[in-house]
Amino acid sequence: MISIQDVSKTFSTHEKQVEALKHCSLDINNGEIFGVIGYSGAGKSTLVRIINQLERQTSGHVFIDGVDISSLSKKDLMKKRMKIGMIFQHFNLLWSRTVKDNIALPLEIAKVPKDKRQEKVKNLIQLVGLEGRENAFPSELSGGQKQRVGIARALANDPTILLCDEATSALDPETTESILDLLTKINHELGITIVLITHQMEVVQKICHRIAVMSEGEIVETGTAKTIFEHPQHPVTKRFVKDISHTGNIERIDQELKTLYPDGVILRLTFDESISDKPILANIIRQTDLPISIVNSHLTHSIAGTLGVMYIHVPEKTTKLDQFIELLVTERVKVEVV
Amino acid sequence: MSFLSQINWSLMMKAIQETLYMTIISLLFSILLGLVIGLILFITQKDSLYPQRYIFMILNLCVNILRAIPFIILLICLMPVTKLLVGRILGAKAALPALICSASPFYARMCMIALTEVDKGTIEASKAMGATNWQIITKVLLPEAKPALISGIALMGISLVGYTAMAGAIGAGGLGDLAYTYGFARNNLVVTYVSTCFVVLIVFVIQGIGDYIVKKLDKR
Ligand SMILES: Nc1ncnc2c1ncn2[C@@H]1O[C@H](COP(=O)(O)OP(=O)(O)OP(=O)(O)O)[C@@H](O)[C@H]1O
Ligand SMILES: [Mg+2]
Repeated sequence: MISIQDVSKTFSTHEKQVEALKHCSLDINNGEIFGVIGYSGAGKSTLVRIINQLERQTSGHVFIDGVDISSLSKKDLMKKRMKIGMIFQHFNLLWSRTVKDNIALPLEIAKVPKDKRQEKVKNLIQLVGLEGRENAFPSELSGGQKQRVGIARALANDPTILLCDEATSALDPETTESILDLLTKINHELGITIVLITHQMEVVQKICHRIAVMSEGEIVETGTAKTIFEHPQHPVTKRFVKDISHTGNIERIDQELKTLYPDGVILRLTFDESISDKPILANIIRQTDLPISIVNSHLTHSIAGTLGVMYIHVPEKTTKLDQFIELLVTERVKVEVV
Repeated sequence: MSFLSQINWSLMMKAIQETLYMTIISLLFSILLGLVIGLILFITQKDSLYPQRYIFMILNLCVNILRAIPFIILLICLMPVTKLLVGRILGAKAALPALICSASPFYARMCMIALTEVDKGTIEASKAMGATNWQIITKVLLPEAKPALISGIALMGISLVGYTAMAGAIGAGGLGDLAYTYGFARNNLVVTYVSTCFVVLIVFVIQGIGDYIVKKLDKR
């Protein structure tokens, strides 16, 4: 178990002091995927870097399986770090080494004999699905492949904890998905505790068992993924939850509707709170006499108010449709053709 | 090609040898010294692997002073030291201390720049793996900086060829000496031009070798 107890961190630069962490406390159970989400500058990176002591806290304690890691000697800390893997947003691979030599680096650092090293690297390459690319250099790999190397490297010394600092932020949605699948698999098969930092709500939503939300150096909310999504308490959490219902979902719905209705026109209408309680649509339908069908709609309630999204399907493009759209726009409804 | 007969080829050969001797020996020493000093500068600077304010300040000051002194003046300043070390102040060997004193701070600075350009992320990653400072230096910093370190060597080699020519003017031998004493002072300009051609040739070869190795190594 990782137990962060009342940890604060203040960075002092010449001009000013930055309180990156303010009295943070957090317990992360063995074997869970724990997400830390927050906007840029919230202190997420500082928090994970304190777990492996790349950054030393100004006050407070971090216990890993009961051991206060800031009390460890330099030598013991290095041993401990070998058991805490870390992956990064920009992968941080050595360009001068091939894939397999990059993965071997932590083994060399741990002074693992050469034949054992080779065997280990082979298994890791298989685990992350990079067979055939062993001798490639990082510059010859795609972002997703680079992160796979990063993951294999982080797992080389059989860690019990894997820290991921924005591990998918530099990747496209599809690659993100595949990396998240890999992380889930690792968590499942190897039982490794994963601490995952991100500013992407989709990421925590997809794989995290529990989540902490950070804002301005504080942990403002902690809970299971389900409670956080269904009952967000803190304004920052609400903002994150709101963001996801408007980006992640929309793409999915667009796709689904397009396959369901290959012909005709699909429109997405977005109403904001000022108009969502007026009978705008009914009036406009009556005026234009357009044969529409409503194919999907939902309302999202959040601190910013109510937001309605409605999908309508029209069998064909006509002048009536143009008129319909024009009227909607004058009523300040956002109209998008899917 | 009758003008070439004005050249004493055995003197020319000897001059080439002397120039190469001075360049190569001082290059070897300067690479070693410069690398060590550059590495110490890099790791002792603020927020680096092993911050040591005073060591950094003193070393940095020495490097800056040596870099500020024009070579020809350094050559004269170092004469007593040269006499003590080498036993005389004339000849190719006598030019070595000044060449090394001038080139190693230059290379130290270039090493520092090369090491600074290594992606901080890789250093962080190796720290997170539990690497010692020595492991970070040998397994990450130096290999990652290698192309820059090598092109620095080529650059230093080229300026050393230039310095040997200057050293030649005060009696160190080599192509510079030949060009000056036989060519300029005795009004035999053909010797000057031919010596210059050889200097240019040596420079091109050094640059060519440097470029080739860097190209081979750089997998970015
Ligand atoms: N080495 C440092 N020196 C001074 N200030 C720092 C340092 N590292 C971080 N900070 C400051 O601490 C605060 C938190 O930074 P941190 O990197 O933890 O944020 P983050 O949540 O990871 O943000 P991002 O999503 O942009 O990575 C920021 O205000 C940052 O400027
Ligand atoms: Mg960060």
